[in-house]
Amino acid sequence: MKHIVLFITALIFWLLLTFNLTTANIIVGIVAALVTSFIFGRYFTTSISKLLQPQRYFWFFAYLIIFIWECLKANIEVAYLVLHPAMPIKPGIVKIKTDLKTDIAKTTLANSITMTPGTITVDIIDDYIYVHWIYISTDNPEEYSQKVSGRFEKYIKKIFE
Amino acid sequence: MEIIGFILISIGILFNLFGCIGLIRLPDVYNRLQSATKCVTLGTCSILLGVLFFCGFAGAGIRALIAIPLLFFSATVAAHALVKGAYIFGIKLGDKSIKDDYKDVEKN
Repeated sequence: MKHIVLFITALIFWLLLTFNLTTANIIVGIVAALVTSFIFGRYFTTSISKLLQPQRYFWFFAYLIIFIWECLKANIEVAYLVLHPAMPIKPGIVKIKTDLKTDIAKTTLANSITMTPGTITVDIIDDYIYVHWIYISTDNPEEYSQKVSGRFEKYIKKIFE
Repeated sequence: MEIIGFILISIGILFNLFGCIGLIRLPDVYNRLQSATKCVTLGTCSILLGVLFFCGFAGAGIRALIAIPLLFFSATVAAHALVKGAYIFGIKLGDKSIKDDYKDVEKN
C-alpha cells in the first residue's frame, strides 16, 4: 500500500517536473517511479489513512501561510542585525521542549525552525530540540520556547498527529 | 503579472545580498551558517516565485514552483548537518555567545 502511494506521488512529481505528455516520457516516468517506490517505499509515511483526511490539508495550507509570514518577519529582523553597524547579536544554543510525539512531526518542526531565519536546529534528543539562536532575547525558557517553536507547534500537531 | 514577477525577483536579489553581507560580517561558523543558508534560501525562493509569475503556469514556471520545496528541504537538512557536524568536530561558539545548552549533552 505504501509503495503504491509513493509510486503515484513520484509519477505525478515526474510529470510536473518534465511537463511533457509524450508516451516515451510517461514510460520513463513509470520506470523511474517504480524503481523509487521499490527502494524507498519502506521509508515512506507510516500511516496512509492520515493522508486521506481533508482537514489535515486545510491545516497544512493555514500553516503554510503562517510559516511564510513568520519567515518574512524573521528575515527582516536578521537583515537588520546583519546591516546594523554595531551588529547587536546575542547568539547561543538553547534547549526547547516539544510536545510532538511522532517522528515526522518532530522533523517538520525542526525543519521549520531551521527555515526561519535566526534559528537553526542542532539536534533532537527525545523531547528536546537544541536550537542555535542568533538573538536570545530573554532568559526565561518558557518564553523562548514559545517564541521559537510555539507558533508552529499547534499547526504541526493538527497536520501530523 | 510581469511587474509582480519583477518585484519578487528584486526582493529575492536583495535578500541574497543581505545573506552574503551576513556571511562576511558575522563572527563564528554558526552565525555565518544562519545567514548563508537562510537569507539565501529565502531569496532564491523569492526569485523562483518571481519566475513563476513571469512565465505563468507553463513549463519553466511549474519547474520553478517545484524547485521551491526541493530547495527548502535540501537547505534545511544541509544546514542541520553542517551545524551538528561543526559542533561535533569541536568548533567553539564565538565570544559573543551567551548560552550553550548543548554542551552537557555532547559529553555523554
